[in-house]
Amino acid sequence: MRPEEGTIQSRARAIQALLELIPGDAPVIICNGFPSRETFKLGDRPTYFYMVGSMGMAAAIGLGLALAKPDKKVIVLDGDGNVLMGLGTLGTVGALKPKNFIHVVLDNEVYGSSGNQPSYARVVKLDQVAKAAGYAQVERVREREDLVYEFKDMLSKEGPGFLLVKVSEQAEDVGWVPLDPPQITQRFKQALA
Amino acid sequence: MRDSARPTDEAVSSIGPVVGKRMIESDAFVQALEDIGFDFFTGVPDLLLAGIVETLLTRRLYTPAVREDEAAALASGAYLGGKVPAVLMSNAGLGTCLNTLLSLHQLYRHPCLLIVAWRGFEGRDAPEHRTMGQAMTSLLDTVRIPHRTLSETTALEDFSWVAKTFMQERVPVALLLKPGVVRGLQP
Repeated sequence: MRPEEGTIQSRARAIQALLELIPGDAPVIICNGFPSRETFKLGDRPTYFYMVGSMGMAAAIGLGLALAKPDKKVIVLDGDGNVLMGLGTLGTVGALKPKNFIHVVLDNEVYGSSGNQPSYARVVKLDQVAKAAGYAQVERVREREDLVYEFKDMLSKEGPGFLLVKVSEQAEDVGWVPLDPPQITQRFKQALA
Repeated sequence: MRDSARPTDEAVSSIGPVVGKRMIESDAFVQALEDIGFDFFTGVPDLLLAGIVETLLTRRLYTPAVREDEAAALASGAYLGGKVPAVLMSNAGLGTCLNTLLSLHQLYRHPCLLIVAWRGFEGRDAPEHRTMGQAMTSLLDTVRIPHRTLSETTALEDFSWVAKTFMQERVPVALLLKPGVVRGLQP
């Protein structure tokens, strides 16, 4: 099954819409591959944690942070390949129910950073999996105005929230994130302290 | 073990009274870790760790994970949020989380203590633990994860080593638990 008929935005457009709404002090964990690289190009902040390896673990990093910092709204920008790899973490989030955790999944139904090989997100409805796992707020959006509306709504409600954003396979012309990983850690911790 | 603090012998003295006895009580084990600053515990249980997990649950200190790589990543997020994390696992789980330890913790300098049950120790265990039981210490050496094997007679030094290595290296460090050292269920 291909992405739904009709207007579908690129991942970078979706990320841009999200970044405009994310509060300045909110920590954001971004999964490896294009999501991190595109986010860096669109607008870097010290509160952004760019994950380069450990595929599948973005949500678990965000969950650990949400548990350690219950007063901060933690946002994870994830991909469908990452979620499928760390699928058990949906269960952990659903069981622990952190109110300050928003899980945004940019779903293009392919492994876009390694040559657009198809992912099982074409068949597996990740939003339904999140709902069954026990996320408090679950939405699935495609168009930009729906994304803006639902993300704003999630920011204002108690989580855990799961926002599945269907995006196209289009990728921006972006390089690696030009920061040393220990530097990412250091400035992230400083910004949060 | 806050960033400003340094572990001292005094800080780990709660493990003192058990030194020399046959087995370390899980309560003393957990208390020693708390005394040196560990305040976020997660992991996946193993028979050898049952007593420790029970103590952590009783003290409401434990966040169960579903896989060891998830546990390691939870520890990483907790560290970013200012916690001092420890992860419990069997050495089977060490295999599961190896990439996360190397491409997340080592790369980004996120320290965490790995409390690893040494299944397959000296080949006396179920067959699925045989290869890892034999290879674990050389595997840890190869991937440059500092490790030390806890013993009843050197527990004070072992915990001091944990605190010192964790602070100085800012990488995952492993404390290996052989059967019969900390009270738990035995395989």
